[in-house]
Amino acid sequence: MSKFKKKSNSTPAISTASLPDIVFMLLFFFMVTTVLRETTLLINNKVPKATQLQKLEKKSLVTFIYVGKPRETGKYGTEPRIQVNDALIAPRDIPRFVYTEKDKLDEVERDKLTVSLKVDVETKMGIVSDIKQQLREADALKLNYSCGKAADIVE
Amino acid sequence: MAKGKRGVPEVNASSMADIAFLLLIFFLVTTTIASDKGLTLRLPPKRPPDAQDEIKLKDRNVFNVLVNSNNQLLVEEELMNIKDIKEEAKRFITNNGKDDKLSESPDKAVISLKHDRGTKYEVYITVMDELKKAYNELRANHMGITVAKYLEIENSGEKAAKDPKLEDAKLKYPYQLSEAEPTNVGGN
Repeated sequence: MSKFKKKSNSTPAISTASLPDIVFMLLFFFMVTTVLRETTLLINNKVPKATQLQKLEKKSLVTFIYVGKPRETGKYGTEPRIQVNDALIAPRDIPRFVYTEKDKLDEVERDKLTVSLKVDVETKMGIVSDIKQQLREADALKLNYSCGKAADIVE
Repeated sequence: MAKGKRGVPEVNASSMADIAFLLLIFFLVTTTIASDKGLTLRLPPKRPPDAQDEIKLKDRNVFNVLVNSNNQLLVEEELMNIKDIKEEAKRFITNNGKDDKLSESPDKAVISLKHDRGTKYEVYITVMDELKKAYNELRANHMGITVAKYLEIENSGEKAAKDPKLEDAKLKYPYQLSEAEPTNVGGN
């Protein structure tokens, strides 16, 4: 007779039907925001830690160069090597690599290309200064030494 | 729970959440958020072959830092511990002409960093970091804030470009680092 439901005595169960939606939303958020590493590293790469870090502003303008000791020492030797994309290259090939990277960008943004150097902590500076010299040749002057965040005290 | 309910039974969707959670945790664990932070610097442009001689700077305005192949530090001809370099650099920058061996003014002060081909990269980064810290502390002090706050402002992207105080601090203490050609003692 009455149009209204009778109040049940027991407490109603909270509907969990929307829970999957919430979790899926989170899932998609993480899937979209996280970047999977694009290149498989052929070298050991543990970047040093520093405190006074600056963020790299535009991701599309950043290109990475990895330096470190090869993982497969039998194949590539024990000396630190340079890796770009999926290949190990010699320092003299860096300008060519930079030019191909610059070609991918819009004309107006070419001089804003930032090179991020991910250099292994154990590396000696020799190879790093070779890279720097080659980058100057290629006119890629914005450089960033990729570092992890360190605790504020340096012993 | 429901007594004698008629019609098509609902598909139990309660395990859906579990499945989604499992996926979520999988992605949380496997993905690494790319840490695209670091120490930035600008390389000098390529020298044309017919370049003029280097500009001579007054000796007192140059803060010489040398890192040798044994990762030892020589600052202004003195052996130094890495953790003392920051204070020494600050003293040099903020001298304002008092001591006739140190800089005339912060905007004339230039830090010259020279390393060997055999220097360890980690040490080099630590020295760079300490020098940067000296400047950042001075700038932060000038703005009346902490270094942590300063870094926050500096890294705030477009907002940083509009901050007049930051501009002012950068103008007062310009970060001038000159890198000399490395020596080759412990190189490869």
